[in-house]
Amino acid sequence: MRRRSLRLIVVLTVAGVAFQAARAAVLVNGAGATFPYPIYSKWFDEFHKRNPDVQINYQSIGSGGGIRQVTDGTVDFGASDGPMTEEQLAATKVPILHLPTVLGAVVPTFNLAGVETLRFTPEILAGIFLGKVTRWDDAAIVQANPGVKLPAQAIVPVHRSDGSGTTYVFTDYLTKVSPEWASTAGKGTAVNWPVGIGGKGNEGVTGLVKQTPNTIGYVELVYAVQNKLPVCAVRNRSGRFVEASLDSITAAAASAASNMPADFRVSITDAAAADAYPIASFTWLLVPTRIKDAEKGRAMKDFLAWMLVDGQKLAPALQYAPLPEAVIGLERQALDRITVGAT
Amino acid sequence: MANAGRRAIAFPRLSPATPGVARPQPPPITRETVVPRTRSRRPAPRWRLADTAFRVTALGFALSVLAITGAIAVELFVQSAAARHAFGWSFLWTSVWDPVFSKFGALPFIYGTLATTAIALAIATPLGLGAAICLAELMPRRLGDGLTFLLELLVAVPSVVYGLMGVFVLVPLMRSIGAPVERLLGGIPLFSGPVYGIGLLTAGVLLAVMIVPYIIAVGREVLLAVPQAQRDGALALGATRWETVRQVVLPYARSGILGATFLALARALGETMAVTMVIGNRPEIAASLFAPAHTMAAVLANEFAEAASDVHLAALVEVALVLFGITLVVNAVARLLILGTRGTERARA
Repeated sequence: MRRRSLRLIVVLTVAGVAFQAARAAVLVNGAGATFPYPIYSKWFDEFHKRNPDVQINYQSIGSGGGIRQVTDGTVDFGASDGPMTEEQLAATKVPILHLPTVLGAVVPTFNLAGVETLRFTPEILAGIFLGKVTRWDDAAIVQANPGVKLPAQAIVPVHRSDGSGTTYVFTDYLTKVSPEWASTAGKGTAVNWPVGIGGKGNEGVTGLVKQTPNTIGYVELVYAVQNKLPVCAVRNRSGRFVEASLDSITAAAASAASNMPADFRVSITDAAAADAYPIASFTWLLVPTRIKDAEKGRAMKDFLAWMLVDGQKLAPALQYAPLPEAVIGLERQALDRITVGAT
Repeated sequence: MANAGRRAIAFPRLSPATPGVARPQPPPITRETVVPRTRSRRPAPRWRLADTAFRVTALGFALSVLAITGAIAVELFVQSAAARHAFGWSFLWTSVWDPVFSKFGALPFIYGTLATTAIALAIATPLGLGAAICLAELMPRRLGDGLTFLLELLVAVPSVVYGLMGVFVLVPLMRSIGAPVERLLGGIPLFSGPVYGIGLLTAGVLLAVMIVPYIIAVGREVLLAVPQAQRDGALALGATRWETVRQVVLPYARSGILGATFLALARALGETMAVTMVIGNRPEIAASLFAPAHTMAAVLANEFAEAASDVHLAALVEVALVLFGITLVVNAVARLLILGTRGTERARA
């Protein structure tokens, strides 16, 4: 009797697994950026609930890894916080389409006894990380923060020690606002920092900033909001001090949408709009424009179309800024460039 | 001395003591003393087959270790080709690490790894040896066993937990201790500021905390393995406890203690997570102990996932190759030292 029930269990389990496998007929694999991982996993989960026969797996191994894997064709799509370079695009077998998914921002954060919030100009930020502005009572900081009592202490800059999209966005911004930064350090996921100490990950930078007096660092907005870090206002190109928020980030994207290049590889740091936050960026899915497996291709295109409409509504709850309408329109047209099936 | 007296009473039973000979030899153990002669020495044929099978299997396992080591070396060498061609030997003594402009030199990482390891060993060796002597020689056996069990727990703590302890406990402590030291001795480059709390010294101290259990646990085992007759002989000659430990027990256990130290050294060289959390991750060679630094293992963990360009990736692999080489050299030196001490022991015996 016991044996029979055991056999029944085995049969049912096997049938169940087989049934599951039959239901999740299409398996799509992706890998890449860590920054959008929370929203991506939410999307893939929600999409799977609506389309039980499509399962999308995503590994957040980092933008560099995502670019390498999609170039080698070991995954069906990649994801990156920084657009691929011309060199990297030339190395791919199939042309790669950059599709912006959501927006994120990088915010300066600091640890100064008795100071709640600060305002920064691009010159101050570049100066601090170049090692030119070395004291908190520097004339430029005092001028930008009337009424704030700034201590006569040395500034300790903190940066990311690991390669990251956050560093890419921050250094992309510094490269635009400071010619000196552009020529000495430049932009990248990891750069040769002129000064400062490094922390691993957003949590490493936050830990160093919270623990060490007189520090300044930079983290993703999502992270700063979740951990209730002091968020600073940064002066944008039109001269206004703007705090990072979902609205001010989408505003930065909207101002870039009017002259969006056809391949969507655009940097929206230092945006011109009056209410735009200047250190913001798209994050991209990297999708091959020819997908041989017809079922996979259709599933991918279905997901992308869904992501651009319904998916966007899920973004604000997770502190990601949704795409502006104009960009969504352009992307929906771009989906036609993906050909599916062996042609 | 009541204790020593008790041992001295038991002494004549063990072996005849000749004055002047510190190391009496026990009677030789021969096959005859272990296996009685009466049984046939010829093994059955099927056992011979099992013997062969066992020998081949064991040889296979032993060779697999060689194969893995060789595969690592070859793979690192091949994958780092781009960096080796671009920078040549200058990779080892240049200090610029710039992924944006593709200039790579590993000297700050090599320096950081060697310096943190040296600091850790300088702290952990005397500390660990002292504790091991206390546990093995001075404490009642039961208490020593209990404490050793706790020590072995320390060995099993994951390094990220040590890193968190470092960030939340050691870093603030080093900052509050370092500040007055810097005010007093700041004129000497070795102690010049600013003191962030994180840095080379903090990483070294944290590493010392991590490796000291190894030295204590292995050191105690080695000391316990020293035959009781050795101690009894010395005590019978009128040596004090201290003289016994210093002149008889430690020399006898020297090669084992060296082995324990090198086991700890190997762990310190390769430690990644805890170090990267407290060292400041700055690829720069500064004279000060308080300055932030970087290590080879830490830069690999930090930059590998996001290395976008091929040269950057190859440079990281070359760092791994250098680390592998240094580990090999250190282990080889350790072997030679241990062999050397054994040699002198044999010569004196």
